[in-house]
Amino acid sequence: MATVFVPPQLRDVTGGADRIEASGATVREVIDEFEARFPGIAARLLDGEHLAAGLAVSIDGTLSNRGLQAAIGKDSELHFLPALGGG
Amino acid sequence: MATTPREEHTNRPMRVLGTRPVRHDGADKVTGRAIYGKDVQMANLAHGKILRSPHAHARIRSIDTSAAAKLPGVYACVTSADMPNLVDKMTELGEGTVNLAHLGANVLARGKVLYHGQAVAAVAAANADLAEEALELIKVDYEPLPPVTGVLDAMKDDAPLLHDDVFTNEMGKRANKPSNVARHIVFEQGNIERGLREAEVVIEREFRTATVHQGYIEPHVSTALWNADGHVTIWTATQGAFTARQQTAELLQIPISRVTVVPCEIGGGFGGKISVYLEPVAALLSRKCGRPIKMSMTRAEVFEGTGPTPGSFMRVKLGAAKDGKLTAAQAWLAYDAGAFPGGVIGPGCMCVFSCYDIPNARVDGFDVVLNKPKTAAYRAPGATHAAFACETVVDELAERLGIDPIELRLRNAAKEGTRRVDGEKYPRIGFVETLEAAKASEHYQSPLSGANRGRGVASGFWFNIGLKSSAAANVNPDGSVTLVEGSTDIGGTRTSVAMQLAETLGIAAEDVLPQVGDTDSVGYTDVTGGSRVTFATGLAAYQVGLDILAQLRERAASIWSCDPEKVTSESGVFRANGKSMTFKELAAKLHHTGGAVVGRATVDPQGATNGFGTHIVDVEVDRETGKVTILRYTAVQDTGKAVHPSYVEGQMQGGAVQGIGWALNEEYVFDAQGRMLNPTFLDYRMPTALDVPMIDTIIVEVPNPGHPYGVRGVGETPIVAPPAAIANAIYRAVGVRMRELPMSPPRVCAAILAK
Repeated sequence: MATVFVPPQLRDVTGGADRIEASGATVREVIDEFEARFPGIAARLLDGEHLAAGLAVSIDGTLSNRGLQAAIGKDSELHFLPALGGG
Repeated sequence: MATTPREEHTNRPMRVLGTRPVRHDGADKVTGRAIYGKDVQMANLAHGKILRSPHAHARIRSIDTSAAAKLPGVYACVTSADMPNLVDKMTELGEGTVNLAHLGANVLARGKVLYHGQAVAAVAAANADLAEEALELIKVDYEPLPPVTGVLDAMKDDAPLLHDDVFTNEMGKRANKPSNVARHIVFEQGNIERGLREAEVVIEREFRTATVHQGYIEPHVSTALWNADGHVTIWTATQGAFTARQQTAELLQIPISRVTVVPCEIGGGFGGKISVYLEPVAALLSRKCGRPIKMSMTRAEVFEGTGPTPGSFMRVKLGAAKDGKLTAAQAWLAYDAGAFPGGVIGPGCMCVFSCYDIPNARVDGFDVVLNKPKTAAYRAPGATHAAFACETVVDELAERLGIDPIELRLRNAAKEGTRRVDGEKYPRIGFVETLEAAKASEHYQSPLSGANRGRGVASGFWFNIGLKSSAAANVNPDGSVTLVEGSTDIGGTRTSVAMQLAETLGIAAEDVLPQVGDTDSVGYTDVTGGSRVTFATGLAAYQVGLDILAQLRERAASIWSCDPEKVTSESGVFRANGKSMTFKELAAKLHHTGGAVVGRATVDPQGATNGFGTHIVDVEVDRETGKVTILRYTAVQDTGKAVHPSYVEGQMQGGAVQGIGWALNEEYVFDAQGRMLNPTFLDYRMPTALDVPMIDTIIVEVPNPGHPYGVRGVGETPIVAPPAAIANAIYRAVGVRMRELPMSPPRVCAAILAK
């Protein structure tokens, strides 16, 4: 199972849990799975069919460029982080 | 330059990488033949100028351009009424999502002006003087509103509100009333209260930094031609031709295929030439009058009308045990975003404690809008502010505990497997190696003597990013290879990318002829930013090389009538069954073996990995004037494989000097009405060659496992450490802790007098 790190500001939806295991194979599947368990969480993470503005997803220590389609391994770590740019 | 021993990432010695060939575009640049945006000329060219707001905050009641339009020689006038009104439409621009309504209003104000110098209307005329004369005839009826330019002031409940539709966003939860605080970010790990209880020493300090500009030498310039067939071509100085194309197409709501962006040579960017300013306006003017329109900014327009880096207020608290081990860290960071939401608070929060392994930490960050130009990325955006605060407190902790400041950093240094406060775990990084190299350096080991002199150290971090790049290359009959890639060349990347292709093919760097293509000539490529080009576009070049080698092995096999699998290629020589041919010999036979060989690649790599640096500086402080003189400066950095060491040194030196500018002189000075008082290089003081000594560099090469040649990003990390290093040096010189940037003579003098 992959481990999703729940940001402090989302823990009001997860009942205080800071890490949650998930079986989805993509970010989209994980969010769908979470929505079934924690109703309302998808609305916090998504703008329509995309990750919410300013949000990025990191998988196993690397910010993914592939948004909701990003693949997740069985033992992956997943974080929702601010999007990064550079100069 | 000194180098430390390195691990080789590849199994064979490198022949091209690590050498210092002459840059491919050098002759054009030193002879003045390179084509910059200002050099673009064409028949019937007209000139555009922008009318800018005289108010920092005002409602626009009406705009009347009729008198300007009647002036002989004026071809067109435009306002935001000529642009589609894009309400809450978001678009993905590679480096992040952008609210098009905000981007559009920053290009031409709609309804309100939110900073002094914001673009309000534009005119195209036969020449620039006439266009400026016409601007004076445009009548704008403003209702002035009270401005707010301080980040803490803007956060107050009774502060003037900039936007009715901006609500504080807390990880998707929206506040129930509008606010200047657009976003609140929280990171947390461990138990901060427990960590503070375990500490022997706890230090909490407050810091402020000024708004500073990237200070690129070339002002913004764009030329647009809206052709009769509806196709728009834009020649511009941009860090990302494809991003400029997308922004323009989205703002004007035309198909992306109707826009071609031709990237000209660029006179610096540092993050400031990613957002569009002139491009859509020049296109609109061209559409109205049918002529090509050239627009260029003055230096004052660059300062007042483009995106600087935020001003900030920061509070940092660190706790450490007697042995120097950090037990707790807490930060409260407020960065201004300028007039529209979406500043660099995110990376600031992720960077503030990124150098250290801290079990208990919490960071609160706030993205705050106020009546200043919309901020933009600037070299490691958000990191320099945060490092100034954290690294100054780390230095104070070291002093309090009686531990050498580099040793204290070593005891807490992040390494592979360390988890940052945002939760990310580091891959193979080289922070420890930079600290060890700094500690062992001749600079750090040599004594510093003399009155009012002091030595400071500080460390810095930047993420580095990957993103998408494309490249294609054609093998010429003379054995040279023409390479077309899509990354604007700001720091010598034509050569660093070409060298990776040369290394892969086993030919000389000089035999690869690199060009930067326009948006119709090369596959999609993200911006030159995030220290990504040598890593990501270099990776594309490597894959182009593999593609070419595979095709050439087939050609050699056809000549030798053997299975392509039997053909080997190494160091530019193809071999099979006892026969051999050099790359050049094989290239000469391509026309008789099936025609041209063209290699291509597009990449979207993960694994850019992070950059760390440690800087050492010696200063002398004039107690009477407060002037700080840099006596000696050494920048140490893990650069991964240094592809072209001269360019790596140049990036480290350039970043250090920009950081020195932040530290000692640079700041936007605003009056009570929010007007910038110093929008010239005479009054906005950037360092010159006379202000700094030679910046010594120590390159540490810890290979990046995510790149076949071990390449890491280099360009941004070196700006991060200088302000803190200099603040720490000033303390050791004259005993005052400086906690506000810039540490200009009046501030240093006041601190000495107050001591």
